[in-house]
Amino acid sequence: MEDEKIQIALRVNGEQITASVEARTHLVDFLRSELELTGSHLGCEHGICGACSVRLDGVVVRGCLVLAAQCDGAEVTTIEGLTESGEISDLQERFVNRNALQCGFCTPGMLMTAAELLERKKSVPREEIREFMSGNFCRCTGYHAIIDAIEETMNDRRSGVQ
Amino acid sequence: MGGETTIGPLDRQHSYVGRNLPREKAKRAVKGRGRYTDDITLPRTVHAAFVRSPYAHANICEINIEKAIAHPEVVLVMTGSEMREMCTGPWLGTLSVFETMKTAPQYPMAVDRVCWQGEPVVMVVAESRAVAEDAAELVSVVYEELPVVAHKEDALEPGANLVHKELNENLAYEKVIDNGDVGKAFDEADHIVEGVFKFGRHTAVSLETRALLASYEKDTEELTIYTSSQTPHMIQAIIAKTLGLPEHKCRVVAPFVGGSFGLKIHSFGDEFAATAASIKLGRPVKFIADRLESFLTDIHARENKVAGKMAISDEGKIQALEIDILSGVGAYSQYPRTSVFEANQILNITGGPYKHQNYKARMRVAYMHKVPTSQYRAVGHPIGNSVGEALVDMAAEKVGLDPIEIRRRNVMEDDSYPRKTASGIEVADMSHQACLETLVERMCYKELLAERDARREKGIYRGIGIAAFIKGTAPGPAGYYGAGGAPIASQDAATVKIEPSGNIICSVGVTDQGQGVDTVMQQITASVLGVPDEMVRVIEGDTDATPYGGGTYASRATAIGGEATYQAALALRAELLVIAGALLQANPEQIDILNGNIVDAGTDNIRISLSELGRIAHFQVAQLPNEIEPQLSHTKRFRLRDALYIFTNGIQGAYVEVDPDTGFITLLNHWVVEDCGRVINPILADEQVRGGCVQGIGGALYEHCIYDDQAQLLNGSLVDYIVPMASEMPDIDVAHVQTHTGVSELGSKGVGESGTGAAPAVVMNAVNDAITPLGGRVFEQPMTPEVILKALGKI
Repeated sequence: MEDEKIQIALRVNGEQITASVEARTHLVDFLRSELELTGSHLGCEHGICGACSVRLDGVVVRGCLVLAAQCDGAEVTTIEGLTESGEISDLQERFVNRNALQCGFCTPGMLMTAAELLERKKSVPREEIREFMSGNFCRCTGYHAIIDAIEETMNDRRSGVQ
Repeated sequence: MGGETTIGPLDRQHSYVGRNLPREKAKRAVKGRGRYTDDITLPRTVHAAFVRSPYAHANICEINIEKAIAHPEVVLVMTGSEMREMCTGPWLGTLSVFETMKTAPQYPMAVDRVCWQGEPVVMVVAESRAVAEDAAELVSVVYEELPVVAHKEDALEPGANLVHKELNENLAYEKVIDNGDVGKAFDEADHIVEGVFKFGRHTAVSLETRALLASYEKDTEELTIYTSSQTPHMIQAIIAKTLGLPEHKCRVVAPFVGGSFGLKIHSFGDEFAATAASIKLGRPVKFIADRLESFLTDIHARENKVAGKMAISDEGKIQALEIDILSGVGAYSQYPRTSVFEANQILNITGGPYKHQNYKARMRVAYMHKVPTSQYRAVGHPIGNSVGEALVDMAAEKVGLDPIEIRRRNVMEDDSYPRKTASGIEVADMSHQACLETLVERMCYKELLAERDARREKGIYRGIGIAAFIKGTAPGPAGYYGAGGAPIASQDAATVKIEPSGNIICSVGVTDQGQGVDTVMQQITASVLGVPDEMVRVIEGDTDATPYGGGTYASRATAIGGEATYQAALALRAELLVIAGALLQANPEQIDILNGNIVDAGTDNIRISLSELGRIAHFQVAQLPNEIEPQLSHTKRFRLRDALYIFTNGIQGAYVEVDPDTGFITLLNHWVVEDCGRVINPILADEQVRGGCVQGIGGALYEHCIYDDQAQLLNGSLVDYIVPMASEMPDIDVAHVQTHTGVSELGSKGVGESGTGAAPAVVMNAVNDAITPLGGRVFEQPMTPEVILKALGKI
């Protein structure tokens, strides 16, 4: 039920935000409803599908399992922030060219997770990419194209191709 | 055999057909800038939540909404009876083509009695979804539990509990076909193989759940609905009909749709209730199903039991096939497409690749106190193919033939069309033989057999599966929906027009849910007109902005909508050449359009640009002779004539490993060779096949809506309902044989369901091949570790 509102101050995609939130509001509801950042999606709201993945203090988390009230003082990056910074423009381009998305609903979460893998590892076998991505559900592609796009980005980054 | 249609405009050097044009929508989606229904909010939007039945069958004795309505942020509470008063009449999910079919009348929300767990009982509308859910908890409903029909096997027994007393029985529909002389063929058969196959209920699990935002203007009676739908015109028709609204004032917009798979071609009571709330309130009302609601109330599919037997000669020729289908549906037949299609398609397509002519099939469809079932990707085909292809493998084993060889001996010959299947369906332009030989090559079949055998000797149980298939795509008007009385177009339309800028707008009745339907239309239009792709913009998914069409279902978008687009573009092209000819004093036959310019035919010599031509044709019409009356916009419609479907064909291969101690299955490789006719965009076609396969594999291995004896769903979350994830899925090799369909000039058939239709069959055959040395055979999907261990006699 309605609680007293909680004051939070956080940085979202580099911008300082202050807000008062209900204790029960999860991070992605807050991002979508209050900040109108609709790139993070809700697919299950119980932490399985990964569509809500966002970066919280440098680590990718399930945005539906984090309360907005827990994010006081935090640094949050969403797909909009990653796009704006250009950090994953190569990955995004390969997703488009490889047709590694269909409906696109899982894609922001996929990209968040893939960006984390690309940041951590310079070279991994295909099976390891599959394993790393196995917390993000895609109903459309069957994953093959997604794995291709990530693998290609990894190879190109390693060999210096942009 | 259907000819290779040669079409000038599509085969030209600058044609976009056959090229991997990237999708415009994908460019937005990767930046988080896709716009799905829940991303749209209108001023003063309120939100709906539902009180749903906790029981599968119960009388509603009393509803108390006082506390809920007293909540300061609640704007409306509506019961099923109040909803009924807003409806012109009940839904009846029957089609006249299924003559003896019965169903009970249904309203969008339960009235007096609930018939499945999750059926909407009370709607609460409030300032936010969270508050609506709070207030829904304040509603109290007193139920009186009634006897439940939870199993299809019990439903048709004498003395069974009844789902609806007024129907006097639980049988929704029964149909028998009996072609050739099946009795004689079995009597004289050299060998008979048989089995009883079981298929669990599963559901679409689109990542974006069902979603709707309805906005009603009281003064003008205009209704705008944004909804995650494949079929905007159908939704427009049934919303108007159900709620008694003027249809031409109802606008339905499908923005980005986050997965659909057939789920989003149906009517759902909660969506109608939310729309009714907007009418009542004169405010926008949003309803977004949560994941639990999705599992409970989205259509389900696939719950069937099929007894099958096949007669086979010593030489490995199929002599006869007989199947008996028991299909378990829900409490009502889904409006307006019905719940009997799945069984009907099993009946139509089982054994469909083969030239035998003795076929008997019975289908019985039984109501149960569960959520209604209806069309879901590849309707019936995963079941029909699993049964037919398992029997073919069993027959092969019986007569000592290799699974490839028995199929080689029985598939319809590539030069034998048009012809009929044993079930009586007309098929044409198919390529079973070419697909089979291509598969053998791509699998390196001989080497693979050797590898499998070598591993067997080491106690590693790997299996190879083969499954040939046919797939009904792009249904025609002589078939079921429109002919049966439902407001669903099987004809589709495209309008192609030139703007003053010289740019081209193509608007189509078919819709895109990420397949790339818009891109395909862009490629066809640009190719026919001879303009760069960026000069063409495609509009779809808005009843205000597109010609009337059926939307996207049954793999029809490219086959039907593509041909309409092709013809409309041809018409505009012809007119542009006439106008240009008049301006340039040239014979229209001696000029051409190339790269956005009118050129002398056969050369690149530019005479006038399309931007100049567009400007003149719109603004400087005085420059044209009087006998030329520019139309500049051409609408063409296309439908099949006599054919029930455009049938496609193909074959899949799978290589798997089974761990006999744990029952775990590892998918190693998967191959598909299919024939969707002319491929417009190879990468889009390939990814339809790959995604479709994985969706089929999900049903074959993991996905199962598990109900208990009281018809209570036990696994209504993604924690408990298992879907395929990246780590378990194989890479999938895809190849196409392109036999153009003769029913259109474009020559394309459907491709979106071919993966799903046969993947369960091929994986089941591979699993059975793997465990052959151990004895035992699996007849059940999903093939969970438990099912495998039971088949091996280990538990």
